[in-house]
Amino acid sequence: MDVVVQIIVTTILASTPLILAATGELVVERSGVLNLGVEGMMLIGAVCAFVVTMETGSGTLGVFAGMIGGVVISLVFAVLTLVTLANQVATGLALTIFGIGCSALIGVNHVGRAYSGLPKLDIPGISDIPVLGPILFRHDPLVYVGVAMVAAVWWFLYRTKAGLVLRAVGESHDAAHAIGYPVVAIRFAAVAFGGAMSGLAGAHLSLAYTPMWQEQMSAGRGWIALALVVFATWRPWRVLLGAYVFGAMRMLELHGQSALSLNIPSQLFTMLPYVATIVVLVIISRDAMRVRASAPACLGQPFHPRG
Amino acid sequence: MTRSLWGVGALALAAGLSAQAMAQDPVKVGFIYVGPIGDYGWSYQHDQGRLALEEHFGDAVETVYVENVAEGADAERVIRQLAAGGADIIFTTSFGFMNATVNVAQQFPDVKFEHATGYIRADNLSTYAARFYEGRMVAGHIAGRMTKTNVLGYIASFPIPEVIQGINAFMLEAQKVNPDVQLKIIWANTWYDPGKEADAARALIDQGADIISQHTDSPAPLQVAEERGVHGFGQASDMVQFAPNAQLTALVDNWDQYYIDRVQAVIDGTWQSQDTWGGMAAGMVELAPFNAEAIPADVLAEAEALAARIRAGEVHPFAGPIYNQAGELVVGEGEVLTDEQILTMDWYVQGIDDRLPN
Repeated sequence: MDVVVQIIVTTILASTPLILAATGELVVERSGVLNLGVEGMMLIGAVCAFVVTMETGSGTLGVFAGMIGGVVISLVFAVLTLVTLANQVATGLALTIFGIGCSALIGVNHVGRAYSGLPKLDIPGISDIPVLGPILFRHDPLVYVGVAMVAAVWWFLYRTKAGLVLRAVGESHDAAHAIGYPVVAIRFAAVAFGGAMSGLAGAHLSLAYTPMWQEQMSAGRGWIALALVVFATWRPWRVLLGAYVFGAMRMLELHGQSALSLNIPSQLFTMLPYVATIVVLVIISRDAMRVRASAPACLGQPFHPRG
Repeated sequence: MTRSLWGVGALALAAGLSAQAMAQDPVKVGFIYVGPIGDYGWSYQHDQGRLALEEHFGDAVETVYVENVAEGADAERVIRQLAAGGADIIFTTSFGFMNATVNVAQQFPDVKFEHATGYIRADNLSTYAARFYEGRMVAGHIAGRMTKTNVLGYIASFPIPEVIQGINAFMLEAQKVNPDVQLKIIWANTWYDPGKEADAARALIDQGADIISQHTDSPAPLQVAEERGVHGFGQASDMVQFAPNAQLTALVDNWDQYYIDRVQAVIDGTWQSQDTWGGMAAGMVELAPFNAEAIPADVLAEAEALAARIRAGEVHPFAGPIYNQAGELVVGEGEVLTDEQILTMDWYVQGIDDRLPN
């Protein structure tokens, strides 16, 4: 029983950076912009959060620094793709490469320093309830922020007018523009939000998940977050579900080797998130209606304002 | 110093100036690393060796390094660039650089090459590696004596001989001092992914392991051990600042003296192609200071004695009798595994309940 509880606890922990980054990217893609630079923004967020935490001693300031770092670098992407109309795919890839190098440079003097980690929730009585206590009430704050942000993004996209406008911009920027909505400004805001969320995901990595700074410590989680958005067919709650599925696959891979003695190659589990994403893509792509219902129609297309 | 001055050095060499005149010029030493020097593990330790060179020789050497070099075609380009830039000796510090190093060494017969952990040599190409498994034996001793749950955890990277040697040496000694001990192994399929390494450590601890050993490069597993109140061993570097209570000792790669010796040989003109496989006696494998707070005094004394006997050559981690998982005798009483057998190790010793990934 204890092992099952622990597997659930570690799954929730492992899923959190994916939830944070994918929720941000979901909003970006819903506005019609494809930012492949999640990995780079996560690293910038991770290093900014760690450096500021070590210099000031405040994890809270560190978390905000991570978000600001993510926003700043995402705005570089926004200027290049939305103002100068650079190709979004190429710019996003460049952003990742830039983020890897830039984060290494910022963090060069902080390699090998240790941080005790963000404090964990500890409510006397409640956190000690067997089973439910460790699963629900003994995480670091960003775990709860992740779930709250999924709910907030769902509410924003489907229950507010601003969310409707953002979705409209992603579906048809020409129509939104014709009605008079500021397409470029809305996309700027969406990209900045995505940067903040990726930065937050990075902060979770360097302050809570593995509290330290090491180069390229995100180790591909940005790419999994991108896959997760597609896996979730651009729906917020499915991002949450998908992140837990991806996180559970990871823990199954590790526990499967040492406890269950499954004779399944562990590489198989490593590729499962990507295979699952491709399967979802194939399923929704078989039907033109499904494609239209899932993917934002203007995703990745440059917007040339006319008139 | 700038690249153009390196060019001058190369010209001087081409002009065939006397050795006397050459001695005035600093020796140019190139390094290429597979990872970032900020990995705080494998590449970091090689770079520490480079820094030791600079400190030891001062102005008599000039070093240059390229980090994060992908294994394959890109490596060949980088090595060639270093050689063409006038390097006198180039250290290529990953197994995967082997073919690239061999190719460039053929094209630059006057440049000396040193390839870490490889097995192809030439007149101007040496190989070098360290017997990390010697340190694993001491770790296995401490782990076997200290475990309360009799479950040890091991985070492995890839099923190559170097990693299997470590697992076997660790388990052989742990079983010797504690016949009830059980080893749980997780193959992370990566040298470096802090999050995954931490998750592997969590999984092992959740399954009852109270001592975690790792053959991956980040301090993340030790951090988890610290948080959960269990113990572990640092890998490649002394990681004590990440786990002041949890780290029992660390298996430290120390290339400093080797690099100094080889560069000295270049300066003296005595450099020759050779194969070096040094262990604790040579100082290439070191143990970080033992954690006397956590290790009971008698175990500490045993570990120190064992380390001293390994250094003196009195104890060999792979001394017979050793049985494989099928119960077949691999090496008999009074014998030890040959270097050839160790270098090609692809089997587990008896008592390990795991199947090697193919």
